[in-house]
Amino acid sequence: MNLLAVIASGFREIGAHWFRSSLTMFGVICGVASLITMAAFVKGKENLLRESLAESGGLERITIESEDDLPDYQKHLEDEIRGITLKDVYALKNNAPLVYNVTPIVKKMSFRSDLKITRKGKSTRFTLLQGTWPEALDIMEHEIEHGRMFTEIDDYFANNVCVIGTEIRNALFGEYDENGETIIPINENIFINYKPFKVVGMFKEYMTEEDRKKKEEAKKNNESINPADRWSRFRFSDSNSQRTMRVYGSKNSTVLLPLNTLVSKLDSSFESGSEMDRSLSELSMKVKDVSLLEKSLQQVRNVLLRTHNGLEDFEFETQEAFSEDITLAIYNERTSGMFIAGICLLVGGIGIVNIMLSSISERVREIGIRKSIGATNLDVFTQIITESIVLAVSGGIIGLAISPVLIDTLASYAPDTTPPIMTATWMIIGFSFSVITGSLAGLIPAIKAAKLDPIEALRYD
Amino acid sequence: MPLLELREIHKTYHLGGETIRALDGVSLDIDSGEFISIIGPSGSGKSTLMHIIGCLDSPTSGTISLDDVMIHNASARQLASIRNKKIGFVFQFFNLLPKLTVRQNVELPMIYSGLSSKERKQRAMHALESVDMEDRSKHRPSQLSGGQQQRTAIARALVNDPKIIFADEPTGNLDTNTGEKILQMFDKLHTEGRTVMLVTHDPEIAAVTPRRIEIRDGKIANEVDPKLSGQIPRFSANSVTSK
Repeated sequence: MNLLAVIASGFREIGAHWFRSSLTMFGVICGVASLITMAAFVKGKENLLRESLAESGGLERITIESEDDLPDYQKHLEDEIRGITLKDVYALKNNAPLVYNVTPIVKKMSFRSDLKITRKGKSTRFTLLQGTWPEALDIMEHEIEHGRMFTEIDDYFANNVCVIGTEIRNALFGEYDENGETIIPINENIFINYKPFKVVGMFKEYMTEEDRKKKEEAKKNNESINPADRWSRFRFSDSNSQRTMRVYGSKNSTVLLPLNTLVSKLDSSFESGSEMDRSLSELSMKVKDVSLLEKSLQQVRNVLLRTHNGLEDFEFETQEAFSEDITLAIYNERTSGMFIAGICLLVGGIGIVNIMLSSISERVREIGIRKSIGATNLDVFTQIITESIVLAVSGGIIGLAISPVLIDTLASYAPDTTPPIMTATWMIIGFSFSVITGSLAGLIPAIKAAKLDPIEALRYD
Repeated sequence: MPLLELREIHKTYHLGGETIRALDGVSLDIDSGEFISIIGPSGSGKSTLMHIIGCLDSPTSGTISLDDVMIHNASARQLASIRNKKIGFVFQFFNLLPKLTVRQNVELPMIYSGLSSKERKQRAMHALESVDMEDRSKHRPSQLSGGQQQRTAIARALVNDPKIIFADEPTGNLDTNTGEKILQMFDKLHTEGRTVMLVTHDPEIAAVTPRRIEIRDGKIANEVDPKLSGQIPRFSANSVTSK
């Protein structure tokens, strides 16, 4: 039997009862649309989180911080703790070939009262001040848009130079001048704890692709975006989104200085002594091969245990945990979303079973006629299951068609969520689900119809 | 070798513990080109006989061969194929599909025999021409008179060029005049060389056929066969219906 003819007859059957058919399709439409919508929102979120993971150094970055809490068997050695020092940095540079760009970092944050960043009466709200080496540019995934990074020479001479993020510029200089031009404060001075520092470079503005588009749009329309608003959509979001916000927010609020400059000119608490014993907030590095992360960590640990005389007064922080968090969060959301979409499709499927059963009981005589003129049981089975699939697939296609609208609508009602991304994979999955639903739903009615006795069926009124 | 050969056909039903012998040892030969009627009151077993010969049902015991194929123990799939290619049915209630047009109804058997849509259309129009229905091909059954519907049904029965045509009370739902025309049509098919079997309870309708078999209580009670008796009681359709 000709499949095209069967499909055509399926469409005819749907057309003959278009109202009933569209009600039946509604379940499948909802199922497919919700599946795709859910997937789009989850995908959007995943992309944002992955983006922020990459922005904070990616999986390759390892950070080592001091740990005051020694393991139990070393408790009695607490007096010996010296924390992370420059000695560790050089030791790692020379003895840990699995890592590179080992970089010391001394952090200061402006919400501690001993740090003030000012210029002409303006001051910053929040600043992450870091004294480090030029390698930090790579470690922290910073990109200089204007000017230059400070150099080893700046560090050697402890020059009063700094590289700033755009939020610092916004706070101290403003974002645009009176002509609407972006302000680039290269070679201007800012004051850190009332000491002048020359801005030699400024990073690009870090933001999500979505925000960048919005900003360009707003600039075109001569609107200004309140920086506070820019992060507002994270206010009610979960911890992963807040993490994303922190990554972008703190990168934009960074001031980088040469390590020596920070230590010698701003750190009053710094003890005298050998340069090598300078205590660091943390040290960061990158592994050469992420697949060797475990081995690299072991190597770093071995080197540090030697420089720390066997004391485990340091701890590792990798982005792996963040990455796992992302995977888990996405998995959870996807599972719950699929569960809901699955229920919709199940209800849609049951609707189809119902309508197909009532449809065949209305058409017992037709089935008898078809059998009397030579339709085999398989022909009848094929016809009924095709009708069911045509019904479900039509619903699926409509579901596909309305899901962009649904996604836009939902996104506009919930501006706090991350921007959804529709993917072809999930459209195919959604569509396949409608085919599967149709086939499963058509099974029982089709078997029932195929089994009808032609004589009984012909007598049926 | 006759077209149709029935030997000792039995058919029993079990209804609520009771055994009903619908057919009780029927043996019958039908040659190609015969025009034959099966007569009998309702409940006589004539419909059961037609269903068994028409491959809609299988006998409890006995053998049937149709066109040299043993059909009494054929599978459902084989029976469907035989119904499709070798048998044409015309029913009392026309049994056209209301949602399809006249032409689509006539095309239906060819869909199951897997013909291309072009060939289906061509043959359907040809069959409709033979029953003078070609100008109604785009109508739906509900837009046709009873006679036109029955002619469509005849076209549908003819379209796969069957070995035998069964007509189950084909005039039962028609007025006398129209019924007469339908019977004339069967007569014409017979003269064209087709094998036609009328099933009816009405002896007057049966009278149009040269050979008549009367079924009573599942057995052949009486048979008029011009070949056996030598007489030729050939009635014209007119002489029967225009009383």
